[in-house]
Amino acid sequence: MSSAATATRPAAQASASKAPILDIRNLRTQFPGDDGPITIVNDVSLSVSARETLAVVGESGSGKTMTFLSSIGLLAKPGRVTAGQVLLDGTDLLKLPAREMRQLRGRKISMVFQDPLSGLNPVFTIGDQIIEVLTAHQSIGRRQAREAAIALLERVHIPDPHRRIDDYPHQFSGGMRQRALIAMAIALKPKVLIADEPTTALDVTVQAQILELLSDLRDENGMALVLITHDLGLVARYAHRVCVMYGGRVVELGELDDVFTAPRHPYTVSLFRSIPHLDTPADAELTPIEGQPPNPALLPPGCAFEPRCFNAHGRADCKTVVPPAVPTTQPSHLSACHHWKELASLAVRS
Amino acid sequence: MTMTLSQDAKAGAPAEPLLVVKDVTKTFITRQWLLSSGRAPVRAVDGISLELKQGETLGLVGETGSGKSTLGRLMLRLVDPTSGTIRFDGQDITRLSLTGVRRMRSRMQMVFQDPFGSLDPRMTVRSLVIEPMIVHGYPRGEIPGRAEAVMRQVGLDPRFADRYPHQFSGGQRQRIGIARAMVLDPKLLVLDEPVSALDVSIQAQILNLLREIQRRTNIAYLFIAHDLAVVRHVSDRVAVMYLGRIIEIGPRDAIYESPHHPYTISLLSAVPIPDPARERTRKRVALHGEIGSGNAVPAGCRFHPRCFRARLIAAKGAVPTTAAAGTTLPVACVAQVPELTPVGNGHSAACHFPEKVGISAN
Repeated sequence: MSSAATATRPAAQASASKAPILDIRNLRTQFPGDDGPITIVNDVSLSVSARETLAVVGESGSGKTMTFLSSIGLLAKPGRVTAGQVLLDGTDLLKLPAREMRQLRGRKISMVFQDPLSGLNPVFTIGDQIIEVLTAHQSIGRRQAREAAIALLERVHIPDPHRRIDDYPHQFSGGMRQRALIAMAIALKPKVLIADEPTTALDVTVQAQILELLSDLRDENGMALVLITHDLGLVARYAHRVCVMYGGRVVELGELDDVFTAPRHPYTVSLFRSIPHLDTPADAELTPIEGQPPNPALLPPGCAFEPRCFNAHGRADCKTVVPPAVPTTQPSHLSACHHWKELASLAVRS
Repeated sequence: MTMTLSQDAKAGAPAEPLLVVKDVTKTFITRQWLLSSGRAPVRAVDGISLELKQGETLGLVGETGSGKSTLGRLMLRLVDPTSGTIRFDGQDITRLSLTGVRRMRSRMQMVFQDPFGSLDPRMTVRSLVIEPMIVHGYPRGEIPGRAEAVMRQVGLDPRFADRYPHQFSGGQRQRIGIARAMVLDPKLLVLDEPVSALDVSIQAQILNLLREIQRRTNIAYLFIAHDLAVVRHVSDRVAVMYLGRIIEIGPRDAIYESPHHPYTISLLSAVPIPDPARERTRKRVALHGEIGSGNAVPAGCRFHPRCFRARLIAAKGAVPTTAAAGTTLPVACVAQVPELTPVGNGHSAACHFPEKVGISAN
């Protein structure tokens, strides 16, 4: 990983300078708990621009999915957004009435979920479900919609779309179901597509095909793509910028190369060290992150990662003060660690 | 792990490997209940042979539908083979009676993927851990001590023995599953996706635990997983399955550094590496289509409809070709089932053209 690598990323540099399409500011989401509200998304700010892929990395319970469900009005009750703004092209989605939000979803922003089977209705054909999306949002004839649906299936590489459009979801393989869902999500050419672990349930060769497809669609339609994942390899291959979440907060955010070559948060460093990769020495010992991911109802008063952190050493500020996300070596590279400077000399990846 | 060699030497005689699987086939009959006209046999596992030594880890990789989980279940006689033989610990277990199978299973255990579904929620950790010992007639007086010792070994605090599975995290629950498997001191553990349901920060804890257990007990692992990086990390040897057959098998480094089968090559090239600079220059080998299903296995080499190498070789024109899979392919690939043939030291591939033609993995 040399500094020359950074220079070969013109697309990312260009998009970073552009105004963001989706701009989430200080978002807070809470659920009622026995002892007062439980904050599961805490002061989250992030943004993504057209033709850019932002990867959002975190474990279960880190708040990564909840951030986006909250943003597009799909948060399940009794969850509530209690603070912040979600600006889509300048419009604050949090202020929109439910009806307008419903109109906007699919048309301007859509989301693809992890489990491709539960996203499809088993009693309707694939074609019916795509056609429904098309006709619900625009005045278009049934025949026209069917043609458009076939074109969409073709676009997401479903073989023989004229015939397969009349199949039911169970007749599709897992990879094809995910493609069908992507076809539905892009049917109205949204400006932002949020893909939540879109390939976790799929085999590795299919995973590559799906992510390649999403990247192509991003470029073709000038979309912004948010890729929610826990796979750092996928991030390296497909993202321009990375946002790492932990305990409901953004703990690190920056350009892909900056975060991967010089992570400035101990959690990010630990993630790299704890997972075997194809390029790590085969017999290297893994360094696990001790303990468990935090319970959002029992977050410590200071840094949420402090109990598992290799660099906290029981320091008072780590234990008592929530670290704000501050610029580090690069102005665009944020870290929410009191002691990020101490990570500078660290060899991240053996 | 060079341990295996010295172990064999210690045993004196050139003892037979712990597990010897020969030509094992498992055919499932599916009832097509909607069109009740016929039954289509599915060959989930088709003529597989492999060996596993004491203290060794054999990684088994393959995509959904490759038959890797069925193979794991065959080893334990959780499903019965249609044909072929399985020898374990010097004994033919292929046609063992139910009591014989039960006795054998104290030496061969399984850890499942889902630490949520595989533990009875109404049993405490203590009763979960001692249950296998009671089933297998472990001396009563030794049970509590053994349970506590194994709990410590897998990193479970015996003070929590009276808690229920739901009070534990995913990683802790997987430790309970491992403790249950280990209390009988088995010689072989079949691990079916043991970390894929766990959070990324927890996986290393379990992988390190498994490695530590193996160093201490010289247990053999059959490690089934779809994550190629995890398999590389834990395995001494690796077998790659495709539609019910092993298409490549060999020492770990041979498989990962010089794969011969085009399927292995494309599989490895599909796994992303968390290094942006390398990812930008890495070549990817795209596969055509998707893995078929076991009830419509292609003739000849079952990988031929998706194979990039077959297309390249046909295009070069040095071999007889034929029209197949919507393109032109070598006759051999379409007509003849390739057998596993040696391509290196302990390294075999089932490809008519195993020399590395065209594209490499990295």
